Amino acid sequence: MSMTGTTLRGKDLSKSYGRKVVFSGISFGVGPGETLLVTGRNGSGKSTLARILCGVLSPTGGRIGLDPDPGDNHADRVHLFGLVAPYLQAYEEFTAAENLAIATRIRGNVPDPSRISTLLDRVGLNNRKHDAVRGFSSGMKQRVKYAMALLHEPDVLVLDEPMANLDAEGTAMVREVMGEHGKRRTLIVATNDLTDCERFDTRVDLSGSARG
Amino acid sequence: MARAGRWLRSVAAVFDKDWRSELRTRYAISALLMFVVTTIAILMFSLGTEEAPPEVLSGMLWVVIFFAAMSGLSRTFVAEEERGTTMTLQLLTSPGAVYFGKLLFNLVLVTGLSAFTVVLYALFINGFVIKNVLLFVVTVAFGSVGFSAAATIIAAIIAKAATRGTLYPVLSFPVLLPLLLAVINATRLAAEGAVFADAAGEFQLLVSYIVVVVTASALVFEYVWKE
Repeated sequence: MSMTGTTLRGKDLSKSYGRKVVFSGISFGVGPGETLLVTGRNGSGKSTLARILCGVLSPTGGRIGLDPDPGDNHADRVHLFGLVAPYLQAYEEFTAAENLAIATRIRGNVPDPSRISTLLDRVGLNNRKHDAVRGFSSGMKQRVKYAMALLHEPDVLVLDEPMANLDAEGTAMVREVMGEHGKRRTLIVATNDLTDCERFDTRVDLSGSARG
Repeated sequence: MARAGRWLRSVAAVFDKDWRSELRTRYAISALLMFVVTTIAILMFSLGTEEAPPEVLSGMLWVVIFFAAMSGLSRTFVAEEERGTTMTLQLLTSPGAVYFGKLLFNLVLVTGLSAFTVVLYALFINGFVIKNVLLFVVTVAFGSVGFSAAATIIAAIIAKAATRGTLYPVLSFPVLLPLLLAVINATRLAAEGAVFADAAGEFQLLVSYIVVVVTASALVFEYVWKE
């Protein structure tokens, strides 16, 4: 099976806000076809680490190496990542299909309506694609986030609390996405619930890593 | 070259997203227009049939534009923070594309606001006569660019603060003061029928202001935007 994607290596990562140390001394490596599981109790910094990995937050110490290296261009780096997280939101005044088209255009590409339709079908929203996201339930909003994260076929998929707000059908869809992505590309899952991600290659436990 | 093309498409897409969002929600447009209408109505009633001198009328025009702009221009960044979409945008494109897309949106908004204010002001305020129309139009155009340049970076900074509503005009006033003084002077000169050469000093200041603010904003925006 051909592996495509990016390898991430975190070396001695730490994050502090003022004197408050969220975590420190975190090192790991994860590549295509592998899954990194990030666990830890509430407030241990799982979401913070997820944001650092995606490049939208800087670590206080340590570094993240990417192979192949996309260089210093911010857009080139963030385009490697797809993130699904409770703190990430879609534009509620737009429809699900419009959100995906807007995301494609802002990435500097031309939207493909058939690709958007296929993705919305995959996350179970094709029959609601022309409804404003404002009227969606929290589970449907979570599905929109999956469609937005998968839209550009990212090398690295980062899932923070991947099953949040989803029903049984949604959970099955996410397991399918994780299975497919984890086979050939890089998958990172941050969760409290180990049943969310039963198969993983590397585990980073952030509990107790907040030593100053 | 391909990267530059993609960056330009990103800038245009950020502008397009904000513009379509504004047309659906009318947050900024409603605030700006209501402010202009109510302020000019108050000025009209308080002045009555009195004719104020050109320097007072020029100052009052820009006071209306300044406070109207302060009531709506911060929306472009504040709305992203309030809706929780800042990170969504951070994951889609570079900070530079976001800054210039938002700057373009604010520029269109301020230009429309200035044109609307000038029309109402000319119609309802006694004694507001412009003798050199071209000089006045160029002043308003430069003023709009300067206003939007400063307002955009200040909006990005205050969007992260808890007291953003009150902070915006307070922080903007000292930053916009050199611009305000230059446009008020140039407007007075246009009202008095002066030629372009008389307003050369004002335009030198305006161009320098715009270049400095846009360059500095583009350089610091990444740090403001990322954390």
